Amino acid sequence: MIEHLPALMIAVPLFGAFIAPIFKKHYKGVSIWAIIITGITVILSLLLAKEVVTGGIMVYVFGADKPTLVLPSGYSVPIRIMFEVDAMGAFMAISATLMSFVGALYSYSHVEKETGLEKYYSLLMLLEVGILGMVLTGDLFNLFVFLEIAGIAGSALVGFRNYRGEASEAGIKYLIVSAVASLMVLFAIGILYGQYGNLNLAYIARNISPNLVDMIALGLLFTSFAMKCGAVPMHYWVPDAYTEVPAGINPPLLVATYASLYALFRVSFTLFANIVVDLARVGWIMSILGVLTMFIGVTMALVQKDVKRLMSYHAISQTGYMLLGVGVGLTVLHDPSKLAEFGRDAMAGGVFHIINHIIYKSLLLMTAGALFYVTGTRNLNEMGGLARKMPVTTISFMVGAAAISGLPPFNGFASKLLIYETSYRLNPLLTVFAMVTSVLTLASFVKVFASAFLGPPLEKFESTREVPKPMVIAMIILAALCIIFGLFPNLVLDKLVYPAVDALINFAQYHSWGGLA
Amino acid sequence: MSFTLTTPSGFWNPILWLVFLALFSIIAYLIYSRGNPSYKKDTEQIKPYLSGNPEPTKEKVQVKAGDIYWGFIEALKGYYKVLQAIHTGDMRDYILWYLGIGAIITFILIGGV
Repeated sequence: MIEHLPALMIAVPLFGAFIAPIFKKHYKGVSIWAIIITGITVILSLLLAKEVVTGGIMVYVFGADKPTLVLPSGYSVPIRIMFEVDAMGAFMAISATLMSFVGALYSYSHVEKETGLEKYYSLLMLLEVGILGMVLTGDLFNLFVFLEIAGIAGSALVGFRNYRGEASEAGIKYLIVSAVASLMVLFAIGILYGQYGNLNLAYIARNISPNLVDMIALGLLFTSFAMKCGAVPMHYWVPDAYTEVPAGINPPLLVATYASLYALFRVSFTLFANIVVDLARVGWIMSILGVLTMFIGVTMALVQKDVKRLMSYHAISQTGYMLLGVGVGLTVLHDPSKLAEFGRDAMAGGVFHIINHIIYKSLLLMTAGALFYVTGTRNLNEMGGLARKMPVTTISFMVGAAAISGLPPFNGFASKLLIYETSYRLNPLLTVFAMVTSVLTLASFVKVFASAFLGPPLEKFESTREVPKPMVIAMIILAALCIIFGLFPNLVLDKLVYPAVDALINFAQYHSWGGLA
Repeated sequence: MSFTLTTPSGFWNPILWLVFLALFSIIAYLIYSRGNPSYKKDTEQIKPYLSGNPEPTKEKVQVKAGDIYWGFIEALKGYYKVLQAIHTGDMRDYILWYLGIGAIITFILIGGV
């Protein structure tokens, strides 16, 4: 069964998604079904990660006599669809499954009054399928297919509350942005296929001899994935989408965004790893985009009055840290001394920040969803004095706000510390922007805390109570993770993050199908 | 398992940090416990004194989110004017930005600069 894990990762949520419509008249049933299915995928992803970290890259060939048979006798190129899971893919898979589970749990109460929940949960599981496919596949065309699945499921979920005009508008915007980016990805894949006659990531990477056409393909892939992960100045769709999507979908939607970030890293580190001279240029572009993203995102957040929109701009801002960390590593990838000195740690900071951010931003967006659930508004000007009425939400918000601001000992601190120190080695100006962004992040969360939770309790919220238990449990799980990851950063760094970083750095191993071919 | 995270220039130990936090919390509590003992909760004592005027409603005295950091935003008015102007919400602009940035990145990658 272990050797079939990569396929099961897709098959289980896909099965869940197709079964969900059967529960059309049993809304509680479909909610529990989604929790069970997403819970199973968490277990599968943990097993997969254990297998990859201990045994190395896992290759799964669909339709082969043996799932590990990459090149049958007489063949010189891989001809079947295959999944290739390294530590980076496993790391992303854990993030995706965990957040889908927490999202399903939170949704149990959060969307109980909505109609069409069988479609909601079906789409949630399809979104999970899309993300998992993107991070596990070793085939460029399948990357495009799963990107489309995630994009379509994501846009349908953004527009789920179709009785709200804003939700429909945000859904359509998300759909168009996803479609444009996906088509450009397909165009770039076509260029590469035309050159190398194959769609296998490792095969193309091994044979690539960069020329003008290849660099155009890289430019298209880079820009498309950068737009999909919300890098400034192509981030405009993010606040619309994150604000309008039900709060239970925010965690998986965040991971979907970071699956595009993963694709950006995979393209830069694996597919084009052999372009020795130009890779530093790609790294610099990534770092500069990172700095722009973090600074413009946070300054836009500071002026928002809609609590979810404010947090959405923060999601953009935090993506900048990941781009910066990994961009610094990419810049020095072909310089062994600098890579050992600070490049590897910079990438660890960036990759560690992905999971940290997914956890605390999901938590913060859930607290925003809880505020909306209780008050019926997202306007911070209309809130106040809710701390005594919603103690768990308040504490969860404080934990999330402290974590996103990089306050010790919460999880955001360790990853930001690594990014500050290492980006300083490349250029001190990068660190200045990163630190100023952190200060502004804290300032804007003080604004939310002061206006929504502090102050005397407003009369209109006299009868307000804490949100239902499933929502509380989901928030507590994430708040606990913020503290655990902050207190024991080495646990995550050693077991998950550094193996993921080494998988990106040691691209030659990926190029040889995990040593099988 | 080591609790110390070694970074390129130093180290970070959250447990050590927690020990110091606990120590400072104890010192803070000791200072707090030396405070005025005549303070009594839920009595007239805690009501605000407004020179004999009636206390306004909670809604009226609330500091709203839009008021916080007013000075900061006012000082950076020029910057925000540009920033808010480019956030049009128009889908056509989103695609234009994508195409523009894509063109610049591709130009740099093919060795244009």
